Amino acid sequence: MSLYTPSSPHFHANNSVSQIMLKVVYALIPGILLYVGIFGFGVIINLLIAIITALSCEALMLKLRKRAIMPFLTDGSALITAVLLALSIPSIAPWWVIFIGTAFSIIIAKHLYGGLGYNLFNPAMVGYAMLLISFPLQMTTWPLPVTINDNYLGIIDSFLIAFSTPSATELAIDSISGATPLDYLKSQLSLEKTIPEITGLSALYGVLGGTGYEWINLLFLAGGIWLMKKHIISWHIPTAILGSLIAISSVFYFYDSDFFTSPLFHVFTGATIIGAFFIATDPVSAATTARGKIIFGIGIGLLIFVIRTWGGYPDAIAFAVLLMNMCAPTIDYYTKPKPYGHQ
Amino acid sequence: MISKLFQFKGGIRVPHYKDISNQESVTPAKIPSRLVLPLHQHIGEAAEPCVNIGDQVLKGQKIANANGYVSAPIHAPTSGIIEDIGDYPIAHPSGMSALCIVIQPDGKDQWAELESRAKDYTSIDPSHLRNIIRRAGIVGLGGAGFPTFIKHNPGPNGSVDTLIINGSECEPYITCDDALMRERADEIVCGILIIKHALNAKRVVIAVEDNKPEAFQSIKKALDEFDEKTIEAVQIPTLYPAGSEKQLIYTITGKEVPKNSLPIHISVVCQNVGTTAAVYRAIHHGEPLISRYVTITGDIGQPKNLEVLFGTPIEELVEQCGGVKGTVRRLIVGGPMMGFAMHQLNLPVIKTTNCVLIDAESSKVFREREFAMPCIRCGSCADACPIGLVPQQLYWHSKAQEFDKAQDYHLYDCIECGCCDYVCPSKIPLVQYYRFAKAEIWKREQETQKADTARQRHEFKQFRVEREKAEKAEKHRQKKAALEAKTNAKKDDTKDGVKDDKSDPKKAAILAAMERAKAKKAEAKTKPQNTDNLTDAQKHLIEKIDARRTERRAAESKLPAGKEDERRSERREAESSRETPNKDPKE
Repeated sequence: MSLYTPSSPHFHANNSVSQIMLKVVYALIPGILLYVGIFGFGVIINLLIAIITALSCEALMLKLRKRAIMPFLTDGSALITAVLLALSIPSIAPWWVIFIGTAFSIIIAKHLYGGLGYNLFNPAMVGYAMLLISFPLQMTTWPLPVTINDNYLGIIDSFLIAFSTPSATELAIDSISGATPLDYLKSQLSLEKTIPEITGLSALYGVLGGTGYEWINLLFLAGGIWLMKKHIISWHIPTAILGSLIAISSVFYFYDSDFFTSPLFHVFTGATIIGAFFIATDPVSAATTARGKIIFGIGIGLLIFVIRTWGGYPDAIAFAVLLMNMCAPTIDYYTKPKPYGHQ
Repeated sequence: MISKLFQFKGGIRVPHYKDISNQESVTPAKIPSRLVLPLHQHIGEAAEPCVNIGDQVLKGQKIANANGYVSAPIHAPTSGIIEDIGDYPIAHPSGMSALCIVIQPDGKDQWAELESRAKDYTSIDPSHLRNIIRRAGIVGLGGAGFPTFIKHNPGPNGSVDTLIINGSECEPYITCDDALMRERADEIVCGILIIKHALNAKRVVIAVEDNKPEAFQSIKKALDEFDEKTIEAVQIPTLYPAGSEKQLIYTITGKEVPKNSLPIHISVVCQNVGTTAAVYRAIHHGEPLISRYVTITGDIGQPKNLEVLFGTPIEELVEQCGGVKGTVRRLIVGGPMMGFAMHQLNLPVIKTTNCVLIDAESSKVFREREFAMPCIRCGSCADACPIGLVPQQLYWHSKAQEFDKAQDYHLYDCIECGCCDYVCPSKIPLVQYYRFAKAEIWKREQETQKADTARQRHEFKQFRVEREKAEKAEKHRQKKAALEAKTNAKKDDTKDGVKDDKSDPKKAAILAAMERAKAKKAEAKTKPQNTDNLTDAQKHLIEKIDARRTERRAAESKLPAGKEDERRSERREAESSRETPNKDPKE
């Protein structure tokens, strides 16, 4: 009788892909809870639609591609795509926006590229970009935080908004929605107002960034730091993104604070934090070498500033990440570390 | 004195599982009913048997000679009779058999006459020390099994900067060096002093991982007892693979061994504690290397360290330690990170066997390989790699069989420590892929070499056939020409008849010269000579001498001509063979 003779090493760390992915989801939970508190229950409905769609599409594609279904369905990667995409879509968007976006992410951006580990682009961001270009109205109609708007959206309200016909909800949406801080800033700046005038007079702006958003972002930041401590993500990408964004926005802010917002505003408004800690750190589509990650992060940080300041869209995370995803293989190739004993 | 330590890149924290086998003191293993001694127990050429079947051998008697420089002799671990010299299964991952000498012990354990013991090693010339170590069959006991005497050559400088004694033992489960340091620290210290003398080492450091405080204290105590201040005992952080030679050298000296070089090139020599103790026993007691400490551990009744004679079957050692708990699933020779899983238990312990690790089916520590998920490029492997490679790229290219790209990513710098594999969340058997790629590259290189030789041979054959043809044609042409010339000459003769000799001035001159010679001869004959009045006996003697002389002349005139021919043909051959390899195959 011959014994079992696998190749060494014979024992392994007690970790797995699904553990990593689930921890990323856990790290988002505090921020999501506050999100519900400030913007209503809609985000939960978004999340549910996205998760159900993502897992169904994942199973369907695995079946079509004749792959093992259970190991991949439970690996948590489709779950993260769903959660990140759901958080990027306005919580008062109709259900089909979320459905289309998620299906596109999983089927086109993930499985047509070869599934887990093979996708060149971050699937959630591909879905987001597609939605933003295809359905700009639905994708830019954001609710106002409860501190400004007295109508808090409960479960039933949110359910109705998500699943009713557009005409029935139009009025309701009008009463609860408004421009986001970045949107408002962009439109007001084009009216030749100065930043102190805009942010000083509008209730949209809080201490750090946009009212409401700033506190959610702080919780996402806490989650991101927890992920770093757990060695799920490394410090390189988030630090490089935030560092480069702060650096470039400081230069312009100190040059002319009437037209350029403060570094703090850049960091705590929009999707900067969630982008830096949760989206850009997607290992599959990011650079992987230490130096490569820093270059990758700096690229994203600079692109965020450039697109926000001079581009056509108020926020820039998705495009910045996708553009740098394209560069990741090349960055990796040129940033190979020097092995032991090489000069 | 606390020396500055350097932190190597990467490395991983692994559970140690050392406590289970280092609680008891070491006892000698029982002498088994037969010892199977493979001739290849070290790096280099296999040893050559110098005994015959049926011979009576004594303990410590040499039974196989070193074969070449990088090789080591083998000695009988106990007294007995040579039962067989033949192929037996050995502890090799392929499950192959190899030539072994089998000894049937007689139970007397009677020592042979040993080498003279050295009273004072400092008076012995280092080269002589090396010879003793070589004759004792000592090889690196840390795992690689490189013949030790080769390492003890300080090189052209006559000294080395740093001698590192490796007591780090970073692999989980293994505690044989730990036990040795606890129990035989004095022998280790004496061994260090000998090696220090042989190498003329300027700095000597013994490094122990900080998860072995008892061993470290024991070494410290021995150093104090010897009042030895020139040896630094250093505790290094426990981080796998801190005991790997390259990593340890970096930890102690902050220097990296350049690729494709040996530590001696940066004036460092690294030696395992077990080897050091063996050197002590060879020099001070004249004992050759015939046994070692082996950790018997894992899912067995009583894991512990045993002092084992080489050639003892692993199966018997496991039995002596309480047997397997349940059904054995895998036998690992070495540690769980770099050890090899063997096909069966009936394999002999050799010089490099440091640990026998049993994994029973009930084990929760060891599991069968899980379903491998795709690589998610998380980079944990790159963070863990102690060499600073990019394992995920190596994997990617190895899997795609893009071996040139894998080599671009320094595949051959990989030490197969298993760190990347251990941390991989996708459970990809990374090391297996690297081994596959290395073997495949090796195979392909051999194939191209074979193809090249075949091509060269074919081309030479073609060239030779052509040459022979040309030579034949040339000979034929010459013959024809000669024949034609002859017939032409004949025709000339018949046409013109005999020419008048005197009409040709050349011929006239020749004739005149001949006339002159004749006249001279005639004159000489008339002159009185000392040979004129010879006795008969003298004449006879002269005749004899003349005969011999002509004979020799004839022989001589033949010989050089023959030699000349030989030389010419040799030269022709050499030229032709020089031409062929350079020939362009496209031509």
